Formats: sequence, C-alpha cells, structure tokens
Amino acid sequence: MVDERPESTRTQAEPMEFSAAGSRSLSLLAARGLVKRFGSLLAVDRATIEVAQGSITGLIGPNGAGKTTLFNLLSNFLRPDAGEVLFDGRPIHRLDPHQVAHQGLVRTFQVARVLSRLSVLENMLLATQQQTGEKFWNVWLRAGQITREERAERDRAMDILHSVGLAEKAHDYAGCLSGGQRKLLEMGRALMTNPKLILLDEPAAGVNPTLINQICDRILHWNQAGMTFLIIEHNMDVVMSLCDRVWVLAEGRNLAVGKPQEIQTNPQVLEAYLGK
Amino acid sequence: MINYLVSLIIVTAIYALFSLGLNLQWGLTGLINFGHVASMTLGAYTTVLLSARAVPLPVAVLCGALLAALLGVLIGFFTLRLREDYLSIVTIGVSEVIRLVALNEEWLTRGAFGVQNFPLPLAQFRPTLFSRLVMIGIFTLIAIWAMGQVVRWLQQRYQKLNGAIDGTLILVALLGLGGLWVYWIAVTSLYRFNDNPARNGLMLIAVILTAIAFWMLERLAYSPWGRVLKAIREDEEVAKALGKDVFWYKQQSLMLGNAIAAIAGSLLAWQLTSVYPSTFEPLTTFYAWIIVVLGGAGNNAGTILGAVILWAYFEITRFLPNLIQALHGAMPFIPPTIDPAREGAVRLMFIGLLLMLLMMLRPQGILGKKEELTLGR
Repeated sequence: MVDERPESTRTQAEPMEFSAAGSRSLSLLAARGLVKRFGSLLAVDRATIEVAQGSITGLIGPNGAGKTTLFNLLSNFLRPDAGEVLFDGRPIHRLDPHQVAHQGLVRTFQVARVLSRLSVLENMLLATQQQTGEKFWNVWLRAGQITREERAERDRAMDILHSVGLAEKAHDYAGCLSGGQRKLLEMGRALMTNPKLILLDEPAAGVNPTLINQICDRILHWNQAGMTFLIIEHNMDVVMSLCDRVWVLAEGRNLAVGKPQEIQTNPQVLEAYLGK
Repeated sequence: MINYLVSLIIVTAIYALFSLGLNLQWGLTGLINFGHVASMTLGAYTTVLLSARAVPLPVAVLCGALLAALLGVLIGFFTLRLREDYLSIVTIGVSEVIRLVALNEEWLTRGAFGVQNFPLPLAQFRPTLFSRLVMIGIFTLIAIWAMGQVVRWLQQRYQKLNGAIDGTLILVALLGLGGLWVYWIAVTSLYRFNDNPARNGLMLIAVILTAIAFWMLERLAYSPWGRVLKAIREDEEVAKALGKDVFWYKQQSLMLGNAIAAIAGSLLAWQLTSVYPSTFEPLTTFYAWIIVVLGGAGNNAGTILGAVILWAYFEITRFLPNLIQALHGAMPFIPPTIDPAREGAVRLMFIGLLLMLLMMLRPQGILGKKEELTLGR
C-alpha cells in the first residue's frame, strides 16, 4: 500500500523565503493534525493542508517527506492514526476509498496505473460514477437504459480522449501506452469521474519534456474550466508555472506554505532540501 | 453406442458449466479459487438429499446453488480483505473439509457408501411424438445459435488473418463439423426419448443449462458490471480509486461462480445416479483449471471448447489400449499395451504433457489473445 519507493535525485529548487501570508478562500479540502505511524516510523506528523476551491495547490518536500503517505491519507487508501479530513465541509476520513471517490475526490498514482488488458476507452468508461449497468440485476432489468448511458458516456470519454490526444488510441490496449500517455490517460480517467478535486501524484515524473508541456497545458485548461487540483511534484518548473499556492512538507511535518515565489526564496525550505 | 455418446455429451456439458463458473471467478475477476469442487459437492449432496426427502427437484437444485453462494460469501468475508494468495489456500482447504464432512457424517450422507436411489429428472416422463418434436425444436434452436457463434468466429478470424488459415481456425472448423455430428446424435436420441428417459432428459437439461449460463455470462462480461470485474483483475487499487466497491464485486463473482458450479454438481449427481465423496477430490477442481487454461482465460467460448477437448481426449484415449492390444495380436512387432491399472495414470500424464506444450506454443490458450500476454503492467 505504502508507495514510498526511493525517488531519483532531481535538480532542486532555488533558494526560498518563508512567508505565511497567502490568499485565503473557501477550502474544498482541509486536513488537520494528520498522524500516520508505520511501526516506530512517524511518516506523517500532525500535518495540515488546505486546498482552496478552484485552485491548483502544490505539495512539495524532499524525498521521504511523507507526501505520498499524506496523499494516501487524504484519499483514505491509508487510515490516519489521528487527525481529520474535511472535504466539501464533510468529514471523510472514516470512509472507504471507493466512498471517497463517490464524494468527488479522485486520485492518480505516482507510477501511472492503467488497466492493461482493457482498451483505453474501457479504462475511461470504467471511471464514470453511479452507472446503472454496474449493478448485477440492472444488467437484466434495465438493458435499454444501460445502452443509452453507455452511448452517452462513450461520447464524453471520446471528448476527453481528444483533449488529451489519445483519441486515436481509444481501441488499443491501455498496456500499449507509453509512460507519459499513461499519465494522460490517468488524468483523463480521473476527469471522467466528474470530480470536485483531483489529486495528482507526480504528473510529470518520468515523462519527456514535450509531454510535460502537454500535461501542464491540460491541467491549466481544466483548472480554468473550474476543476481543483492538488499536485505532488518534484519538477520545480512545473510547480512554479502551475500552482497558486504551495505547501512544503519535511519529515512528515508542515514546513512552509505560500505562493510559489515566496516558497522559492524561503531559507527554511532551502535548508530542508539541501541541508545546513 | 448412442447411449455412450449421449453420456459423453452430458459429461462435457457438466464440466463446461462447472468451468464457466471458474472462468467468471478467475478469468474475469482474477480470484484464484483452488476449491471450486466444494460448490459442486454442496450442489450434488443438497440436491440428492433434499429430493430423496420429497423436495421437488428444481427447489432442491436451487437450495444447492444458494448454499454454494453462501459458502462463497463466507470464504470471501474472511479472505478477500487479505492478499490474493490467501484465497487460493483457504478455498482448497475448504473444499477438502467439505469432502471429509461428507465422508464422515454418515447419518447425513452415508459416508463412503454414498447416496443412491434418489429421484432423477424426467425419469417418469413419457413424451408423445409432439413433445419429442418440441424438445428437438428447442435443441435445434440452441444448435443453430451455437453454430452461428462458431461461424461468426470463423469469419472474424479469417478476416483478421487476411485470408490465411492457421491451426486454430482448422481446429474450430473441425469442432464445428463435430458439432453437427453431435447434433445428429442428440436429435436421434431425443426422437427415441422413451428408450432411456432419464438419460435423454438429462442431456437436454444439461445442454440447455450450459447454453443459458454461457449466454448470461457473455452478457455480463460485456456489461459495465463485467467491466468492473475485469478492472479488479487488472488492478484493484485503480478500481478502488475510481469508486468501485471492490470487496462487494469480488463477493458477487464468488457467489455467482459458486452457484453455477453447484448446479453442475446437481447434474453430475443425476449423471452418476449415485454420489460418493471420492467424486469430489481436488483433482476435479483442477480439471476445471485445465479446461479454462486450455480454452483461454476469461473467454467463455474458450471454456466450452476446453471442456469439449478435454473429454474428447479422455474418451478417445480410453479405447487406445484395446486398439494397441488388437494391433499387437495382428502384428507382434508392435509392443503390447500397458496394463489397465496404469492406463489411467498414463492418460493424465499426457494431459500434463499437452498442457506443457500448450504453455510453450500457445500460452494464451486456444482462443486467448496473444497480444494480451505481451502487455506490461
């Protein structure tokens, strides 16, 4: 479950300066005092994070800072030992992962996970929430409605696939896609669930520069259309160009929060990344 | 001869049905069930014990299916939250427990003596010419539908190969022709239904039930419900992240697969006209696995094809020792056959060899898609 594999070393950010001031607006997601222990290891220690409605919020930190663990706590793939997560004003930390998705919070994975032996289109169609045909008896009792829904969802899926540039691959196995294309498919699939918030775990990791631009372009495009994002990312260019607000995590604890420019010049953040 | 062939049709249909249940659980959902025979045991015993106490046969069969589904819920409840290999260990254990209970609880099952003298379906049925023609009609409809499937598959395959012909194509075409022969045997025996009502009736029932199960499972596999099962097979974390209740879908898959296996168990009891615990050893589970792997995992048509091939193999090799013996008599340079006691073991050995060859030459199974094996995670 815990995806804390060693991350490859990357070029780190320029010096940063701490400033607690930041734009405050209505929080879509608010987590307070989250704690997660693995045996004697304190992976997340009283971490707090807020994601404003309509924002692109970044989550950065050195390797092993507990970012992915925090993601797993937010999406309930792991249960927190303490603390609470409010999504859209409702507590969600007692729900099962699939119920979290029903609430409109959907995640992607650090290493893109696609359903290899399903087609790209089937990957997309799976994501739609509350499908009539997903109930056993409805397959027999509501065949007409299922056919209509499938047709409508197919159109919607093809629109999204067009927008991420995978429309030509719609009928190929998802397992044939390259790493970057898988990231795009995962994002498209997340969008297919009609969420309120998408958690992206390193959308640019292991992706070639051209495709990184395409991915960033899509995130901005969907954000302008009203979608909220929370992004873990190591590529500082990506963080700086996308995020409205950045949270910095080190050794499981909050280190800083602020606008990207402020974070970039924060001495504490710099110290956490490079050491004293 | 015709009675023997009718029995062969029944056994093949029973094992096809049994394996379709496993194909739902493993081929579609990725659940490794090494105790599939447990449901068959429950189905067979429930049906014969209840019907011997004057419960109507359809009700008895339904009770067996419900009991097997319940077993699926129980096993699933305790193992599905654990890692997937636990399910395989628990299921093989449970299937042995159930067989040993049947062996030892003599007050209920008469233990190793087995249960005989239970009612058989349609045994008292003496159809008029008109009823027999209706039965032939039903059978003909199923046969036409099945042949339609085969012909459509052949066309698609032929187009995909751009007019070339390969081994699979020939095999399926030959089996299609064999199907015509089987159809002729079945129609003849249905016409002479009153020669052996229980046997001929069972053939009709087994074929109809297998056809219904195939149709249902095909429809489910290509529905959004089936898509969720396939997603769980591929990566259940993704299914969870996309809001699917993975635990509940696995439970449904176990329940339905088990219920289908239980119905196959009822049919097996009627076919054997006696039920012994030794019928339900783990080997039976692995016949189903051979059948599913042979045909191509996740492929319902492949599963039926696998059952046909396995039983054709068993029945053809049954005559082989006699044939060799006869040849030895005529031409002494041909070595005499092995003794009958070892002959069964040799046949199983060759199944193993065939499976190894299949895995080397065609690891995706006969109807499986080769592309699927080359895909990375």
